[in-house]
Amino acid sequence: MAVSRRDFFKLSGSGLAVATLGFNLAPVEAKAEDLAIRYAKETTSICPYCAVGCGMIVHTLGGNIINIEGDPDHPINEGALCPKGSSAYQLRDNKARLTKPLYRAAGATEWQEVSWDWAVDEIAKKVKKTRDTSFVATSKIKIKEKIGNAEVEKEIEAVVNRTMGIASVGSAAMDNEECYLYQKFLRGLGLVYIEHQARI
Amino acid sequence: MTNHWIDVKNSDVILIMGANPAENHPISFRWIMKAKDAGAKVIVVDPRFTRSASKADLYAPLRSGTDIAFLGGMINYILQNKLHFEEYVKNYTNAAYLVNADFKMPGELNGLFSGYDPKKRSYDPKAWSFQKNADESIKKDPGLQDPHCVFQLMKKHYSRYTPELVSRITGTPKDKLLEVYTLYSSTGKPDKAGTELYAMGWTQHTVGTQNIRAMSIIQLLLGNIGIAGGGINALRGEGNVQGSTDQGLLFHILPGYMPVPSADLPSTTAYIEKNTPTSKDPQSANWWGNRNKYLISYLKAIYGAKATKENDFGYNWLPKLDPGMNGSWLMIFDNMIKGKFKGFFAWGQNPACSGSNTTKVRNALAKLDWMVAVNLFDNETASFWKGPGVDSASVKTEVFLLPAAASFEKEGSISNSGRWAQWRYKAVSPLGQSKPDAEIIHELYQKLKGMYAKEGGALPEQLTNLTWNYGFKRADGTVKNVDVHAVAKEINGYFLEDVEDKPKLKPGEKAPPPPPPGTPKKMLGKKGELTAGFAQLQADGSTSCGNWIYSQSYNEKGNMMARRGKKDPTGLGMFPEWSWCWPVNRRIIYNRASCDVNGKPFNLKKAVVYWNPDAPLPNGKTGAWVGDVPDGPWPPMAHEKEGKKPFIMRADGVAAIFGPGLKDGPFPEHYEPMECPIPENLMSKQMNNPAVKIFKDTHVKEDVLASNDARFPLVATTYRVTEHWQTGVMTRNTPWLLELQPRQFCEISVELAKETGINNGDMVEISSARGKIDAVAMVTPRFKPFKIGDKIVHQIGMPWCFGWHTPGVGDAANLLTPTAGDANTMIPETKAFMVGIARKG
Repeated sequence: MAVSRRDFFKLSGSGLAVATLGFNLAPVEAKAEDLAIRYAKETTSICPYCAVGCGMIVHTLGGNIINIEGDPDHPINEGALCPKGSSAYQLRDNKARLTKPLYRAAGATEWQEVSWDWAVDEIAKKVKKTRDTSFVATSKIKIKEKIGNAEVEKEIEAVVNRTMGIASVGSAAMDNEECYLYQKFLRGLGLVYIEHQARI
Repeated sequence: MTNHWIDVKNSDVILIMGANPAENHPISFRWIMKAKDAGAKVIVVDPRFTRSASKADLYAPLRSGTDIAFLGGMINYILQNKLHFEEYVKNYTNAAYLVNADFKMPGELNGLFSGYDPKKRSYDPKAWSFQKNADESIKKDPGLQDPHCVFQLMKKHYSRYTPELVSRITGTPKDKLLEVYTLYSSTGKPDKAGTELYAMGWTQHTVGTQNIRAMSIIQLLLGNIGIAGGGINALRGEGNVQGSTDQGLLFHILPGYMPVPSADLPSTTAYIEKNTPTSKDPQSANWWGNRNKYLISYLKAIYGAKATKENDFGYNWLPKLDPGMNGSWLMIFDNMIKGKFKGFFAWGQNPACSGSNTTKVRNALAKLDWMVAVNLFDNETASFWKGPGVDSASVKTEVFLLPAAASFEKEGSISNSGRWAQWRYKAVSPLGQSKPDAEIIHELYQKLKGMYAKEGGALPEQLTNLTWNYGFKRADGTVKNVDVHAVAKEINGYFLEDVEDKPKLKPGEKAPPPPPPGTPKKMLGKKGELTAGFAQLQADGSTSCGNWIYSQSYNEKGNMMARRGKKDPTGLGMFPEWSWCWPVNRRIIYNRASCDVNGKPFNLKKAVVYWNPDAPLPNGKTGAWVGDVPDGPWPPMAHEKEGKKPFIMRADGVAAIFGPGLKDGPFPEHYEPMECPIPENLMSKQMNNPAVKIFKDTHVKEDVLASNDARFPLVATTYRVTEHWQTGVMTRNTPWLLELQPRQFCEISVELAKETGINNGDMVEISSARGKIDAVAMVTPRFKPFKIGDKIVHQIGMPWCFGWHTPGVGDAANLLTPTAGDANTMIPETKAFMVGIARKG
């Protein structure tokens, strides 16, 4: 019988359950470690770091991530992960993660915590004001026009409908659906200064 | 990547130049080692003896910024020794095309090509045109002998790149050059495959695009494009930087590599006419001939029912660029420091560390009225107002820092370097009050839409007419949460009406007689169905598609990106049922070029596709490609009536050895980086790329260059380390990783250490014309001095993953790098610049 690595864990887990009937404390400790994954939910994911696209299995229990390891079924990484991928669970179990919106007023020396509603309201007001005051409906451009066989340069007032006062950078860290949504939103605001990691 | 990660195992020779996958794409190295186990040879060319080099069969050093000299020497070697794959070159490239007789090259024009205007610092590409026949077709010499044909011009141009001269420019010992040339050009045989793996080591130069073109020319000469184990493969550095590019998050492209509309194209008709190449060659598939379908379907996706034929599908709501306007990265910060922006989004990005000439970036941020930063962690950008040397009270910028959810706290797809779009699921809810980016975008959109609907403002329709049907609607019509599956389906595309399957008529072909009354119509798709793929898209508004190259990713068969099938029918590792890859699940691009003109694979043992003339088709005819999804269903080139050339994205169906489409010349030519250690270019009198933009506004004190300057005698480059990622925002906040790689260091050679009296472990100050950083000196044999011309030149290197926000790690290496960009892409030149070094204290 071919035993995959995951089957091996399952088998060894049940094997250890029998071993607990013995008198040796060591296997009991080992069992505790195995059980953490045994009853955890497995969710497949893809590593957020470089673009190799390694498969990951995220083990969760009670809303917490208890382990992340390489997905042995994934054809590219076949269960392996690099140091970054292997420590990805620390992106969750992490006191430095931002958990609330923060605001820094003009001239302030510290952040202050604010509510999402307030932040979204304030940002929207600023975006609207900046867009409305820097929106350019038309622009004078030079075009070449053919008159008979000759090309003549002339200046025209062309429709451009763009917002000059706002720029955006980011992000290759977003999912495809989010990137698409973001470019749609930005172009809906009239932005043309749209860039991200691909350029640098 | 033209190919994909697993495919590297099919190579015979792997050239790693401009990348360091053992360090930066660690798991990919498994496939390089599998190739090696099967007998492949690995070559690494790099200024530093890297981790990848430690596993190579052959290592050659070169000075940063001299790759074109190195590769030009290889082209010369291949041509002088007739090692090219002649059948491939003759049939599948423009080698036979005749260039106009007035065309002159750098050997005759002091380093310039014909058509240069020094005042404008630009070329008129008309000077690079091809000779035409009376019927407008291009004149050719199939024997490749005419002195004006591309092949002969190339031979002449690169005859200047002798091993002796190349060695004087690159610092690579001549014997090493020849070893690399000999080994790599051994893949010019029909049954041998050579692949090139590159990353930012090639792109981040003022000649970045031409670096890649130089290698593309080599790959075409050796017949290495389209085959298993071949290709030209960009190792992309971020989980979804392939996808974010595909989805058009750049100033110059809409999703699917569609140009952003220019103001001189006032209608969809003008846009389509300008951006649709034409070809009279019946053998050219000219795929961009479908541009109209992709544009109209995009407009229908983003504006829905508001896009009508009467209003030109809402085309004028799309913001437009003036002709020639450049909104790229360097221009954003140039405009910002000049006070031209009031608002800025730094969304999932840390420009105050990753931007070249970081002082300029940081000073520019202080000119803003407001900034919105979205991230998992606080960082140098969000907190720029309390950075080193900044008087917080004087910085008036208001900053909002919004907490984003991590990848495993939401679901969606990301596209890896091999173009595989892979779905990932939500494992846990977002931490604290953090939210998925999609939700943050959604909340801002809904708030703004409401404000514009209520208060009016500048062209409200631009925003309010966007489709936004992404999930459960509340009583007031607002959407509660974004269902990313709905977004994925919008990207894939829908039939908005019943669309009949009408046979495509060739010019001059008569329409078949109408079927008898009562015959049921053959339908391509019914209203509301997802389109099966981009071949079904229409130009009349009856289909929508957010991004044509992702059409097929989420269709009536389901979410193709979530597939986990493990079949590998060819044994080449293509795994066609694992996830989904663009375009149309084609795993190796240009794969028809892996076969001869009759559709017979050049390498029978590693056939990506082959033509089976007897394969039965549903329409009763016979003949089909077998294997990977081919670049179009048409028969191979030799097929008299319906055969097509293999490079279908090019109007003429062949690959361009001579490329008139770039800004800095039709052939790559060596120019020195904007900062270099020598007073003259040893190749010609033209020092730098003549078509790059020079930033020298006297009001911008941050923009300075110091070339051949005694204060900054050392060539420097930046790189990454396995344990950190990009600017390190995520990894510096990951305890294990910070412990493994705890602070900024600088690698210097044993020889330089001796000259400067620096010991291993000393704290040193590295300075450039723009800034300085502290680092721990790591004295190492991995760097060796170069002999450039008659001069000894030292090179040093340092990682760019650190920043002041993490205490005690040192500040950003990009404080040293210049504001200078590639002539074509404007990617900053951060891989070759000049510095000085001194021991501290």
